[in-house]
This record gives sequence, structure tokens and C-alpha cells, in this order.
Amino acid sequence: MRHIISILLENEAGALSRVSGLFSARAYNIESLTVAPTEDPSLSRMTIVSIGSDDVIEQITKQLNKLIDVVKVVDLSEAAHIERELMLVKVRATGKDREEMKRIADIFRGRIIDVTESTYAIELTGNNAKLDAFLEAIDSALILETVRTGVCGIGRGDRILKI
Amino acid sequence: MLLTGAEIVIKCLQEEKVDYVFGYPGGSVLYLYDELFKQDQVKHILVRHEQAAVHAADAYSRSSQKIGVCMVTSGPGVTNAVTGIATAYMDSIPLVVISGQVPTHYIGQDAFQEADTVGITRPCVKHNFLVKDVKDLALTIKKAFYIAKTGRPGPVLVDIPKDITNQKCDFSYPKSVTMRSYNPVTKGHSGQIKKALQLLLEAKRPMVYAGGGVILSDAADKLASFIRALGYPITNTLMGLGGYPATDKQFVGMLGMHGTVEANMAMQNCDVLLAIGARFDDRVIGNPEHFNDARRRIIHIDIDPSSISKRVKVDVPIVGNVADVLDDLLKQLAATDTRPDAKALAVWWKQIEEWRARKCLKYKQGSDVIMPQYVVEKLYEVTGGDAFVTSDVGQHQMWAAQYYKFDKPRRWINSGGLGTMGFGLPAAMGARFANPKATVACVTGEASIQMCIQELSTCKQYRLPIKIVNLNNRYLGMVRQWQEMFHGNRYSESYVDALPDFVKLAESYGHVGMHIEKPEDVEPALRKAFTTHKNDLVFLNFLTDQTANVFPMIAAGKGLSEMILAEDL
Repeated sequence: MRHIISILLENEAGALSRVSGLFSARAYNIESLTVAPTEDPSLSRMTIVSIGSDDVIEQITKQLNKLIDVVKVVDLSEAAHIERELMLVKVRATGKDREEMKRIADIFRGRIIDVTESTYAIELTGNNAKLDAFLEAIDSALILETVRTGVCGIGRGDRILKI
Repeated sequence: MLLTGAEIVIKCLQEEKVDYVFGYPGGSVLYLYDELFKQDQVKHILVRHEQAAVHAADAYSRSSQKIGVCMVTSGPGVTNAVTGIATAYMDSIPLVVISGQVPTHYIGQDAFQEADTVGITRPCVKHNFLVKDVKDLALTIKKAFYIAKTGRPGPVLVDIPKDITNQKCDFSYPKSVTMRSYNPVTKGHSGQIKKALQLLLEAKRPMVYAGGGVILSDAADKLASFIRALGYPITNTLMGLGGYPATDKQFVGMLGMHGTVEANMAMQNCDVLLAIGARFDDRVIGNPEHFNDARRRIIHIDIDPSSISKRVKVDVPIVGNVADVLDDLLKQLAATDTRPDAKALAVWWKQIEEWRARKCLKYKQGSDVIMPQYVVEKLYEVTGGDAFVTSDVGQHQMWAAQYYKFDKPRRWINSGGLGTMGFGLPAAMGARFANPKATVACVTGEASIQMCIQELSTCKQYRLPIKIVNLNNRYLGMVRQWQEMFHGNRYSESYVDALPDFVKLAESYGHVGMHIEKPEDVEPALRKAFTTHKNDLVFLNFLTDQTANVFPMIAAGKGLSEMILAEDL
């Protein structure tokens, strides 16, 4: 099962490596990891996507809670939540492809954020599946470069992760 | 008052009532050692290798409930200490390790004796700190002591760059510390405790399995009161020995890979299992599926939630400090009229006594060759069962655990989790510093002892009258045993050639050496060592049977009831 684990942790040097080190030391899997400071600059919010059985995910959350720098851990995927990922794609956009690329980007509610004579840079947000779908919708030969942030997520409604 | 970083560190240690610091000086800790020199409240013990400093501090803690403290220099000082730190981490021993670091402006420049200490030690400490500002120093050390001792204990390392130890700032030592990210629990959930007691009282075939957590939380007396009130059988893990009196009739011996028949069979066949401060590790439950095949309900008390349902699913988890939870259990037991089912318990005990009657630890001591088990039994008799016994790792460790009956906690000191050869001698030093009048014996083998043999010099310097009981079988005994049982008798690299003359070796360090080859000389030699040479370090080199194996044995990955006994072979 795919789980989205949200972590609130002290924004201190080395905190990230404590988390990533835990995953490698215990052979847990990381699909993606994003981290940045919160509105309170002494705290960071991290989102980890991991795949594992319920037992493994339970161990992961327990082990994360044991880290001294970790303040709170929530498995977002236990209840209703929203996940988003940002992707930037640079594509070749010449001739008839130029118009087609613009059209597909519009369908996916992407935005073209950089233009040259022969390329577009397209910005796209959404969940994993949407970003994957976009990459499948365009001609793979035209993709020059992609970069994705990894998933960040938030609980729906009253579910709030805060101190 | 303005103090230098080095002065602040020593003041902090004094505030924490630290008696001993085990360490070794070097370039980046020179200011710290200068301040140590100027005072005499905190005494420094100079070891001969940093690994030994950590083992000694570790055993100091194991044998006294206090926090062990060590000090090492940057680079190789720290890398040498890593084995010791990992040993303490695996056994949840509270330590504060202070390491020097190159000056802040050199960090990252591949400076002389620079190592990424925080990075190297991260996976084997409970927490670590790099102090980048002298103003953070006092609070960081306060946090280190707090984190080391509370919750599930463990080693905490504080890495201090040399320039920080020479900068000045105002000093005041914080009285207490609170951390929003670290709030260990103590009390267990009262509803869960109630449920646990009810389940225990309903049991027809109860069993209690107690580990190192009982010793770490100083709960041995409470455990004994509770278990005696119930009249249930109890086993201890390797780390838990002494947590329940081994000579008590309810004690069924150690369990696990080299546990007794009665302990392992009772574990497998019980209907309610109470696990206290133990973690169902692979040396106890080698095969969780086999263990689960027998239906039983499990209550698990542990301070670390991640130890619960990690390898074996439990029915009633109780997260809390073992001593606090036992307190609550005792109170609730006193408040209820329900008592265990005496009839069912009598039937269960009859079954356990049948298992016990197989005498799985019996061995034959002939007149020619010394059996290693015999030496441990005689050691037990000669020391009245009251010594602090440290051990290294291997067959001798298992024999010491099986044949020395520990009635008190903190007397049995061994590297259970990491299994560190070389632990025994420095551990004996630490135990002796913590218990300056106590009898301290180190049960070891000729291979393990050579991994920290240099500490004989430290023992001389501080006049430590440790008795080293060397069970010398000229083999890496446990490796040889596995090669015999699982690798077709191919003794690959397990024969130890070119051994030193241990008697001369001990003498060259200024100690007493004895060589014992005959069974009839075992007891007299031990008596002489513990009486005539009471105040000397004595190295007793016992030449023992080369073919002796540790039994019972459960092969790796096998179930608790799949023991191999000596009589089977």
C-alpha cells in the first residue's frame, strides 16, 4: 500500500539526514520526499511517500516518532486528504508540435512559463496520476527534460497537523 | 561570569554529579583536558584505546544506574569509540559521549583528524549534537544528559569544535529542560493495565518473559513481588538476567537460542504471555511464524512503542516505564479478589517440572580435561554468587549466562545486542569503578580477551583487582560450534594459532597470571585468586575442552520447541 506520511520536525541542521538515514538503515522504501520550513521557521514540514504493508508503515511511524527532532507524525492516507505535486517539463515545440503542445498543456491546466523558438517549459500541478497522464499524452520523443517535486499533502477538513 | 567553553563543559559535568570520565586526550580536546587537570571533582580514567573508554563508561552505567560519561578526541578518537557507542545503543545504556571536533572554520576542509562525527555516529546514538556556538553549550549538555537517561535510554554524543572550547560566554546551568519534540511517557494506560491483569488472572498456562527493561528501570523488586504474588513461571532474557532471582523456584532459566528446555517450552505452550521490557528479538524468537502457530494471548509492557508488535503481534500493548506499570499492576492486584486458577496452575507447573527434569544443562566433568561449564559453576561457588560478572562474546558468554545464577540486577554485564568481542575487560573496569569494593570477574575467551587486552595496562595504573577467567579452548568457540553443526566440520579460520603465554603476558603488565590445566586445580586456583590475591588482578588461563558446545541450542530461524540438546547427539 502507498502511504503519505507527514512529519513536523525541528528545522535543524541534520534533521533531514536523521529521517532519510532511518529509512535506509531499516530498509524502508521512499518513493518521494519533500521538505521545507513552515510559517514558523523553527519547524519544517516533510512529506514522505512510502510503499509498504500496514505492519511496515506502523513501524515507520513509530520509528519516526522516536527521532528526537520529530515533533509529530501523521499518516495522511489514513483519512481524506489532498495531495499535489509540481512538475516542470521542457519540451521541443516546433512546427505543428508547437500548437499541439500548447493545446495539451491547456487541457491539463498546465501553464507555459518559458518560451524559446524551439522549446516550451510547462508547469503542471496535480496528483501523481495526472502528471503521469500528461507525460503519456505528449509524444515522448519531444520531452527534453522533466523535474518533479515529489508529493506534498494535507488532510481534508478539520484534520490539522500543527503543534 | 564569563567562562570558556572548556570550563563550561567541566562545570556541567560537575553539576550532573559525574564522578568519572573515561577517555583519551588528543588535539581537539586539549582545552577540555586542561580544565579537567585544574579540578578534582570529576576524575578522569585514562584508558589505552577509545573503544575501551566507551565500554568502561557503559559498564559503569550498567552496574550502577548512573549515566556513563566518556571523552574522546576528533577523527580516530571518535571512530575508535564507535564500536562502544553502538554496543551501548543496542542495549539501551545511557551514556554521554563528549567528542572533540576540529575548529568550526576547518569543518569540511578535510582537516587533520577531522571526521563527520555526527554523521558517522547518527545510526548508533539516541541523539547527537554538534555545538556551533559556545552560548548553546550548557543547554546542549543538559539536553544530552536528559535524553540519555529518560524514555528508552541510550547514548547521546556531543561534538564540540576546538574553538568553541576556547571561546567565552556567560554560564548558568539550566535546572531542567523541556523539549517540544521529546516527551517520553512513564505511566502506562490504566485501562490497558486493567485488561492485562484480567487476562493474566484468567490464564491456565501463564508465562512471564522479562528482559533488560526491568533492569534499566530498576524494577527487579517490583517484578519479584508481582510474580511471587501470582506464582507464575518466569524466564529472563540474556539482558534480563538478575532481573528476577535465578535461585528462585519460579525461575525457569534463560530462554532463547541457548535457553533451557523448561523456559522455551513454557514460552511456546503458554496460553497467556506477559512480556516485560523485552523485545522478541531473533535470538529469543528465531521463527515468529512457528511461535505464532501456537495460540496464546500476549501482553507486552515496553517504554518504546516501536518494540511492540515489531516481530510478534501482541494483544494488550502497554507503553510505559516498566517500574511504573508494575506499580500499577501491584496496586490493581491488591484491589481485586480474583486470584489465579490454582488448579490449572498446578497442572501447568507439573508440566514445567517435567521439562525441568530433563536437566538440559547437565554435562560430564571427567578427570582429564576441564569443562568450561565446570569453571563457571566453580566461579559461582567461590564468589558466593555475588560477583559482578562481565563477559565477552561467544561460547563463554553463554556458559556464564547459563551457569552463574544471578540473584541481583546489574550483576551480569554483557554485550547482548551488538555482541561485541572485547567488551569484557573494559566493562570489568567500569563495573569496578562504580562498585569500588565489589568482586568483579570477567569471563572471557582467548580470542575475545585479545580484542582489548591493552587495558591490562589501565588496570595496573588504577590498581583494579579484576579476576579474568579465560576459558581457553584455542578456538573461536562459537564460530567453531556453528561450523561443526552447519558447515560440515570445516573449521575455516576459527582455530587461534600463535596464542601468547597469558601468564607471562599478565606478569609483564604487572599482574598475577595462573595457568590451569587439570579439573582438580580449578577450584583451588579460583580460591587462591579471590583470597590470596584479593587485591591483585589475576589472569586465570583455564585450558578447556576444545570440543565443548553450548546446549541447548536452537538453530537460527528455528522454533522455540525445536531445540537440540546435548543428549540428542
